[in-house]
Formats: sequence, C-alpha cells, structure tokens
Amino acid sequence: MTRLFVARTFILLALGAAQLPAANAGVLPEERTDLLYHRYSGDEVTVSGPSLLVRKQTSTNTSVFFNYYIDNISSASIDVRTSGASRYIEERTEQTLGVDYLHGKTTMGFAYTDSAENDYEATSYHFNLSQDFFGDLTTLSMGYSKGSDTIRQTGNPTYLQFADKQSYRLGLSQIITRNFTMGVGYETITDEGSLRNPYRVYSYCNPESTCAARGFAAEIYPNTRTSNALSVRGSYFLPYRAALHGEYKVFNDSWDISATTMSLGYTQPISDFIIDLRYRLYSQTKAEFYNDLFNRVDEFNFLGRDKELSTFDSVSFGTTISYEIAKSGWWIFEKGSLNLSWDHIEFTYKDFRDVPAGRLLGSAPGTEPLFAFGADVIQLFVSLWY
Amino acid sequence: MKAMLAIIVCVLTLGMTGCGIQPWVKPYERQNLADPIMNPNRDGVSASYIHHVHETRESSRGAGSVSGGGCGCN
Repeated sequence: MTRLFVARTFILLALGAAQLPAANAGVLPEERTDLLYHRYSGDEVTVSGPSLLVRKQTSTNTSVFFNYYIDNISSASIDVRTSGASRYIEERTEQTLGVDYLHGKTTMGFAYTDSAENDYEATSYHFNLSQDFFGDLTTLSMGYSKGSDTIRQTGNPTYLQFADKQSYRLGLSQIITRNFTMGVGYETITDEGSLRNPYRVYSYCNPESTCAARGFAAEIYPNTRTSNALSVRGSYFLPYRAALHGEYKVFNDSWDISATTMSLGYTQPISDFIIDLRYRLYSQTKAEFYNDLFNRVDEFNFLGRDKELSTFDSVSFGTTISYEIAKSGWWIFEKGSLNLSWDHIEFTYKDFRDVPAGRLLGSAPGTEPLFAFGADVIQLFVSLWY
Repeated sequence: MKAMLAIIVCVLTLGMTGCGIQPWVKPYERQNLADPIMNPNRDGVSASYIHHVHETRESSRGAGSVSGGGCGCN
C-alpha cells in the first residue's frame, strides 16, 4: 500500500521543469548530456534514482532537450511512524521535453513535463522569455507555468481529487562591474483545488477535558493558496580565479507562512579540479491553521499537522568536486567532467513534536520531545559536451 | 518586500530607458564574467535536483536562483 506522505514533492516537482539556470538571452544553452545518480537519506526516508538530461542544438537558433528522472522512494518517515503504518516503497517517473528558440537577443523557451506514480499524476507547461539589452549588460526574463494534478488514494478507489497551479516569474540580471554580477527574481504561485495530503492526519486531545491521549483525524486544508517570493543574488570573481556567490530570499503566502533563505558559495579551481563549497540557512514561521495538538476534533475550519507547515529552521552545508576529463576531446565529445557532490541538512522543528519518541518515553500529549533530524544528499554525475 | 519590489521597478525603468547611461563594461572586459565558475548553477541537472530537495521539505517556493531561465529538468 503506497501513501502520499511525500505528495507535496510531486506537486512542486511538476512545476520544477522551469528550474534551470538562467542563461544569457542571446545565447543558446550548451550542447551537453548529464547522467546523474541521486540519493537522499534522512528521517528513515531514502529517495534515489537516475536523471538523464540531453540537450542538442537542431539549428543555429533552436535547441531541444529531454530529461528523464526517477525517484525510488522507501519511507518510514515520522508521519508513517506516528500513524503506526509500516514502511512503504514506491516509484515516480518524470519526463520533460522542451525547446528553446533564439531570435536576435531574445530567447523563448517552452517545456512540457509529465510525472506519474500509482496514486498521483501531474502535468505542467512552462513558457519563458528572456531579452538582452543595454549593451548586453542587462537581461530581463519572465515566465509562466501551469500545472494540473490528479490525486488518488491507494485503498480508496472512490477518492479522486484535482489541483491546479500557476506560476508567474519575473527576473533581472545585471552586470555591475567586470567582476561582479547581480540578479533579482520575483515569483507568484497560485494553487487551487485539493491541496491536502489524503494520507496525513492532524492530532487532537482525546478526550478534550484530560487530553489523556492523542486522537487523529484527516487534515482539512484551504482550497486555495497564493505565495510570493523575492530573491537577490550576486556572484563576484576574485583576483586569483575563484568566485564568491550569495543569495537572499524572502517568502510569504496566504497561509500566513513567512520564510527567509540565505546561502553562500565559494568556487575554487585547482588544476583539473573545480571545488565548490556552500552553506545555506533557512527559517520559516508556521501556517495559521497548523497546530501540533488541537484541543478537540474539528476545533477549527482548517486543521493541519504537516511538519513542512510548522515553525522550523534548517542549516545545510555541502561540497562538489568536479574533475575535468577528455580535455582534448574524445570521439564525438569536446570535453567532459566527473562530479561528486555531498550535502548535509539539519532540520530543527520548533512546534512539531516527535510522537513516536514520546510514546517510548511515556510523555503526555503535547510534552513529547521536539522533532529534529539530519539528512544527507549525494549526487554522482558525469557530464559530456559535444 | 514592497520596498524590494520598488527597487526592482526602478532598476527595470532605468535599464529600459537607459537614462543616458552608456554600458560601462565593454564586451572585451567580460572574460571573468564568462568564466564557468561564475555560475553557481553551471551543472543544471545537479542544481535543479538540490533545489528540489530543499523546496520539497520547506513551505517556501519560487524565485530560486535556478529559476526563470528557460529549459528545465529535475
């Protein structure tokens, strides 16, 4: 029996097809193929699989790409353990097909993404437009995406829900000096439909008078959500051929969640190697309808206990080591690289309690230890240019 | 956030009108900016994946450094 404890992953991923580095509007992306193996491990959840990206120029002004991505999920997460269910295994596949067209200093891009698993299907369309101007010192970009999701529930053949998502993006990149570039980005995302996870439950005092135990009932979410995010970023070239990168992002949404993200990066080439170091801080406040323990069943119109809607911080650090291969070319390839990447993330929740640990300790409802966990993310990939 | 939006609008207006300002970094002065190390997301398939890892475990979404560029994958 599969469960949708990671459903939000797929809703978001469907719109993730618009997520690749902003390119200069007057230049088509490089012709290259990347074959990547990814593995996420944390909170007794493992998600791993391959990703293949092939990009090829079909004419002087047209470039096409195809991405095939798989998530193999094995999960006994805090939600699964709290519910008393057993570990589940499932697979999700995603395919994206896209084209970029260059006309003068303008690049137009269109992509279609399809994501499928046994109880969740998502399709999305993405359109992007970029324009260079002001002596190519400035790049203005804008984009629009629309996604449609079909949600089912394993074990409940009558359950059928839908959700739609739209995204509006605006970005500006600016060359400041011969060593310094900056960019700003703004994105509004709207959701409408069934936004809750059919497998997730909220918790309430049972009975209300003594709160002797936690009761559980299906979450109830609003049917709409609108979010706004604004980011500022910069990259600086250091005199000894290295680069510093920084980004700051603020976020808020109609569920009363506010968040900030700060990240720093450093890139250092050494002989045939390129070393990347990165550090990231994230902090968010809870949704207005989130509570770890409600006073009674159906206390409010909307009730949620998704830890992603709680108050929490995360800190992550990581490194990527790239080794250049075939520098003089090999067969049809101009060059290549071998890459190994590792990131560690620590999540610290401020109002989400570890109910399974509380059961072991004999804690009363609402006094269980606060939840925290660490996760490791590994990527191994080879890149070939032609 | 409103203040930052105002700054964006001002920068956009300035950029599109030019306001008499000439491009101050010539094409032949941009070799450092063209170095691949200046792009923190130069390996798109990897950058997109790690972006996805973060975004699926957080409520924050959108306006990431790897968004808005055109093509896509995860």
